[in-house]
Amino acid sequence: MQARRLKERIILYLLAFCALAALVTLLLIALFTLKEGLPAFREIGLGKLLLGKVWRPQREQFGLVPMILGSIYVTIGALLLGVPPALGCAVFLAEVAPAGVRAAIRPAVELLAGIPSVVYGLFGMAVLVPLVRRIPVPGNTGYGLLSASIVLAVMILPTIASIAEDAIRAVPREYKEGALALGATHWQAIRGVILPAARSGILAAIILGMGRALGETMAMIMVIGNSIMIPRPLNANPLTLVLSQARTLTGNIAVEIAYATGLHESALFATGVVLFVLIVIVNNLTRLLMRRRK
Amino acid sequence: MIRKTPMLTILLALALAASGCRPTPAPAPSPMPAEAEFSGKIIEAGSTTVQPLAEKLAEAFMARHPKVEIIVQGGGSSVGVKSAGEGTVDVGAASREVKDSEKEKYPDLVVHTIAYDGVAIVVHPEVPIDGLTMEQVRDIFAGKIANWKEVGGPDKPIVVVSREEGSGTRACFEELVMGKDGPLITEKAILQPSNGAVRTTVATTPYSIGYLSFGFLDPSIKGLVLDGVKPTVENVVAGKYPVVRPLNLLTKGKPTGVVKAWLDFILCEEGQKIVVEEGYIAVR
Amino acid sequence: MNGEGAATEAMSPPCGRRFRLLSPRLRQRIAFSLLWLAGLLAVVALVAVTGYVVARGLHLINLEFLLTPPRGGISGEGGISTTIITTLYLVALVVAISTPLGVGAAIYLAEYAGEQRWVEWARFGVETLAGVPSIIFGLFGYALFVMALDFGFSLLSAGLAGACLVLPTIIRASEEAIKAVPREYREGSLALGATKWQTVRGVVLPSALPGIVTGIILTIGRVVSETAVFYVTLGGSYRMPRSLLSGGRTMALHVYYLATETRAFEKAMATATVLVLLTIFLNLAARRIVGYGQD
Repeated sequence: MQARRLKERIILYLLAFCALAALVTLLLIALFTLKEGLPAFREIGLGKLLLGKVWRPQREQFGLVPMILGSIYVTIGALLLGVPPALGCAVFLAEVAPAGVRAAIRPAVELLAGIPSVVYGLFGMAVLVPLVRRIPVPGNTGYGLLSASIVLAVMILPTIASIAEDAIRAVPREYKEGALALGATHWQAIRGVILPAARSGILAAIILGMGRALGETMAMIMVIGNSIMIPRPLNANPLTLVLSQARTLTGNIAVEIAYATGLHESALFATGVVLFVLIVIVNNLTRLLMRRRK
Repeated sequence: MIRKTPMLTILLALALAASGCRPTPAPAPSPMPAEAEFSGKIIEAGSTTVQPLAEKLAEAFMARHPKVEIIVQGGGSSVGVKSAGEGTVDVGAASREVKDSEKEKYPDLVVHTIAYDGVAIVVHPEVPIDGLTMEQVRDIFAGKIANWKEVGGPDKPIVVVSREEGSGTRACFEELVMGKDGPLITEKAILQPSNGAVRTTVATTPYSIGYLSFGFLDPSIKGLVLDGVKPTVENVVAGKYPVVRPLNLLTKGKPTGVVKAWLDFILCEEGQKIVVEEGYIAVR
Repeated sequence: MNGEGAATEAMSPPCGRRFRLLSPRLRQRIAFSLLWLAGLLAVVALVAVTGYVVARGLHLINLEFLLTPPRGGISGEGGISTTIITTLYLVALVVAISTPLGVGAAIYLAEYAGEQRWVEWARFGVETLAGVPSIIFGLFGYALFVMALDFGFSLLSAGLAGACLVLPTIIRASEEAIKAVPREYREGSLALGATKWQTVRGVVLPSALPGIVTGIILTIGRVVSETAVFYVTLGGSYRMPRSLLSGGRTMALHVYYLATETRAFEKAMATATVLVLLTIFLNLAARRIVGYGQD
């Protein structure tokens, strides 16, 4: 009996140890990234890093503003292009599609979510960049925010759609039946009752999509141009901003990490820290907004 | 970390002494002795320009000595210098001279120049310009000249393609074309992380211009005549083409064992033949 | 019904009045048409991306392509055999490292954990880790495994970094599977005199197995598709890895290198096609297994 109790205890401790694995990993990641980035924070200074507008490591200039803006613009673009179709798809699959159609489309959406990002990057290089290049604005190279946003939008669409659909389906049937009983049309029931009820789940889906957009690396460096300039309109028309080349925080790290030494390398780790903090802020900000609404 | 056994070094020393393959000019240099059986592992890292060449040289050496494993990695010239200097790899590759600051930091670094390489200015094949002056190239990359019509071409904006900082190719370009105290490469330039990526971008982006190593020239892009000189190996050897840099392999201290064998092979007739085949310039 | 519609019309804001003048039925028609469009958009996007890549790449795939190694150089000659092997090695390594830890964690969190402080922290760890972008795992792997522990660019470094990356995935999937096991199963087992662990091992885990296996398949899918993490920890060599400490290239990375550095764009498409087919296969396999579980 004692032996068995001992065995149970040991197993308990083993499993508890496993449970801590994720936390320990997270702490290790935080530790190492901060440790490597510390020289940059110390010697360059947080202010210069976050507010500096020029990134030329050879000249000891490590300003991250162009990359921060690049990441933000491309994510906003991806959300603008991707969220409406994604939500529409979610509502469609959950409420409107006949069972047969749903059985065909839902797996397709899930499949889209699993396709490697390089494939999207490849498609972007081969099809999107030449296509965007056709827009007749001088200075339009095809590489830039628009191509990157489209690629990202397609990448996050299945993620947002499937999670939002789950959220919509989770709304209790009584809500919908009650609305219909009161004389509402199906669409009115969706708009007035179901969607508001599913709001937190839908928001969670969008946040997840946003996180994926901010964190995407390889597909970005294939289509965004990786220029160090602050993205700006190509001419007097402010809309041409989308045609500007740019670089994301993730791309900054990936393109230069292999070549960087010393302070430069440390600055790239600092970029990683900034990226991580940005994602945490964005996630929690949206969660806050959601709580406010309630 | 040089992986070897003391026995092997002695064997090698004897074998080399007996063979007579030395990296000095000889009327008919003798080939590498095939009798000496080398084994072990060599890790090489650094310049992406040197990488394909190092791959081919590694393959050839490994074909002769199947027990040897040579691992070739990229990383860029700066990583090559650092890794070699700190001893984290056996051989570092750099497509540029070692900087003074690096020489100070790693005083044991030994430089072996295995080839010379020209850096060509390339444009998309449909650009109707065949040559430019150094000044024009400088102004284009600085962003001062922004339209092809300013250099005799069509009325189209110039798309500048460059390498990321830390690249040896870029360092060479900046030093010899932009000039040590010259203008900076425009911030609008599309940056790519390797010679191959520059080639792909220039080949597929109309009205683009970039620079890359001679070894990457191919029919998908057009090499420009610079100050009246064509970007060919002959012109580099003749000293006419101005943008040239050494391709260096670096070791921490004098190389021994299988590393030395590989380096000797590279500087040997057969090794240098491969160098020329790949589009670079032999050391002799 | 129309009265209801009229009431809402009277209260609606001035903007969009035109739309509101339409009957609710008509509005529904329009809305639903748009929704149909959105639904079809997902399919179109899927077909466009995968269809294009497969169309351009499929014809290059043959036994030779799959079984010969890449030869490097600008022309990108050769096949993709070494990349396939490297991918397989990496998958095996990541699954071997992350599954015991992940399933163990899931068991603890689902079966044993109370409301202690540290359990909250542990859960927080899982949630936060799931949100970390993959390039940061790459940086971490580079700093710790490649540099500090001196494993260099190797399968080992990449495997460890990859295991960290997928840990939240396997924990979540396993935890959900375990939680879904009906309470009666456990109670029955305990009533028969089994200990907690015996219950878990003999009753809960087997029931949760389909879900856990799905989690493993998700992990495999992640390793196959990931690029950023391995870009920074695996090195770029296209040769066959000879040991845990050798570097290499996964298929996904090979697509990247082929596309950006060589003339062999078609080969990049072909490799991408192999990836797409593999993804479809993994997806179908996961479905099948969950299907078995339903029985």
